[in-house]
Amino acid sequence: MIEILEYSFMQRALLAALLVGVAAPAVGIFLVQRRQAIMGDGIGHVALTGVALGFLLSANPVWMAVAVSSLGAIGMELIRWYGKARGDLALAMLFYGGMAGGVLIINLAPGGSNANLTTYLFGSITTVATADIVAIVLLSAFVLAVSLGLRRQLFAVCQDEEFARVTGLPVRALNLLLAVTAAVTVTVAMRVVGLLLVSALMVIPVAAAQQVTRGFAATLGASVGLGVLVTLSGTTASYYIDVPPGASIVVLAIVVFGVVTALAAPLARRRARAVARAEREGTLEESAGAAGDAVRVR
Amino acid sequence: MDAEPSPHAGSPEQSPEHGGRGTPEAPPVISLRGAHAALGAKPVLRGVDLTVGAGEVVALLGANGSGKSTTVKAVLGQVALTSGELALFETPLARFREWRRLGYVPQRSTAAAGVPATVREVVQAGRLARSQFRPLRKADREAVHEALALVGLADRAGDPVEALSGGQHQRVLIARALASRPELLVMDEPLAGVDLGSQEVLAEALRDQVRRGHSVLLVLHELGPLAPLIDRAVVLRDGRVERVTRPEQLHDPTCHHPDEKTGDAPSIETGLLS
Repeated sequence: MIEILEYSFMQRALLAALLVGVAAPAVGIFLVQRRQAIMGDGIGHVALTGVALGFLLSANPVWMAVAVSSLGAIGMELIRWYGKARGDLALAMLFYGGMAGGVLIINLAPGGSNANLTTYLFGSITTVATADIVAIVLLSAFVLAVSLGLRRQLFAVCQDEEFARVTGLPVRALNLLLAVTAAVTVTVAMRVVGLLLVSALMVIPVAAAQQVTRGFAATLGASVGLGVLVTLSGTTASYYIDVPPGASIVVLAIVVFGVVTALAAPLARRRARAVARAEREGTLEESAGAAGDAVRVR
Repeated sequence: MDAEPSPHAGSPEQSPEHGGRGTPEAPPVISLRGAHAALGAKPVLRGVDLTVGAGEVVALLGANGSGKSTTVKAVLGQVALTSGELALFETPLARFREWRRLGYVPQRSTAAAGVPATVREVVQAGRLARSQFRPLRKADREAVHEALALVGLADRAGDPVEALSGGQHQRVLIARALASRPELLVMDEPLAGVDLGSQEVLAEALRDQVRRGHSVLLVLHELGPLAPLIDRAVVLRDGRVERVTRPEQLHDPTCHHPDEKTGDAPSIETGLLS
């Protein structure tokens, strides 16, 4: 465990993994709350076009991916507002287009081939360059500032959007900010977990944490803890068994999810009983009340 | 009744007794004139007039599809008017920014959010109407606690809302609206699926609102146990106001005839709250 810290590429990879482990669940929790867990996936597809454009234009793929995936996320948000009936189809087309565009463009780039995309699709610990680390640190700082600093406001918007509008919060601006933050998170995470699996890291720690937590703040804290646990141990494992880190991180996350689910099963049963009891008491009171009313109204 | 209203900064100065209650001279908190609105291509409101004065409790009644909920959403600025005018606290909607003066209790939905939330967290969301982007202060936490106490859920603050019964969930939504100490409380079907204890809590919240000289607009399917607390009932039918009346003159809002004599309708006596 200690000797891998002597390699500077591993230091960079672990730092990136740590940041991703914090940032991905911190944003993902709002998407899960809004039942848009799949949105990170879509942004990942669109980011691929950005990466390929970076190659084609000889620009930094990370920043290019930030730009393109942010535009894609804003597009998805606009579709959510205006495209009520056919919104899901429009989203699906955006996803397909992002993927196809990425493959198309990378093959147009001089000397480019699908092989260039592989490290972005599944992550790679050896390719986190020093320039990337600067971008990753800056972008993570932005992501954490938004997702933690505005957690109450974003919670309100994702919990009950109509109510949030009536409180006078700038709901549209907050939604756009959340979409851009999710896009930035995807780009930050693509070096470590890869674009195809980034959504898993935004969703699985939250899904695991919420089985044992009672509130939103507790879920946020626990999912960030689980996120860091799986990204650090998954990155370390990928060094020893020589697999892309995205794969080991996500498999680990699913294992953690399974373990938490198994441990939480008795808790879930107890809660279900408590709810059933509360409902029963409520209904009894209600029917007693209704009967009472009926007698008096006559 | 027994719970003492706490002093509230910025409330309109009115006698907590009957002074000005429902008097036409009091400046209206809601003034809706000739409201037309459509959902998709279907016209839902076809010229609704609605005034709620300071300190007044007004009920919107009518059959399903009569436009009650749409009227409420129009008042909240959530459904755009195709024609007509809306002023809140004497400010035209386009210029209205003081949303903290409003509290909204939406129709309770059974769809749970994807992530657990405690009762306190949900009620705190209502306080954002006042705190907006600044951090929560002591006064905010006190207001949240007070709202929870008013609905009788202070001891459940740390529980997940998923563990509550339907009536208790409704109380959480009421507390969320009250957390900003609104001068106008707007409620959409607050009695739907609510047990007797929660009906009593709702009635107490209405009384508390009136004691502070504040106003209430609520959508009801029937007046039921809230009848004694309501100053005026506005009956909608097919997107128009069919009748405005005192609640005791109304026997059944869903099946009476427009030109029926109103005087001889039997008064509602639920016996529960009167």
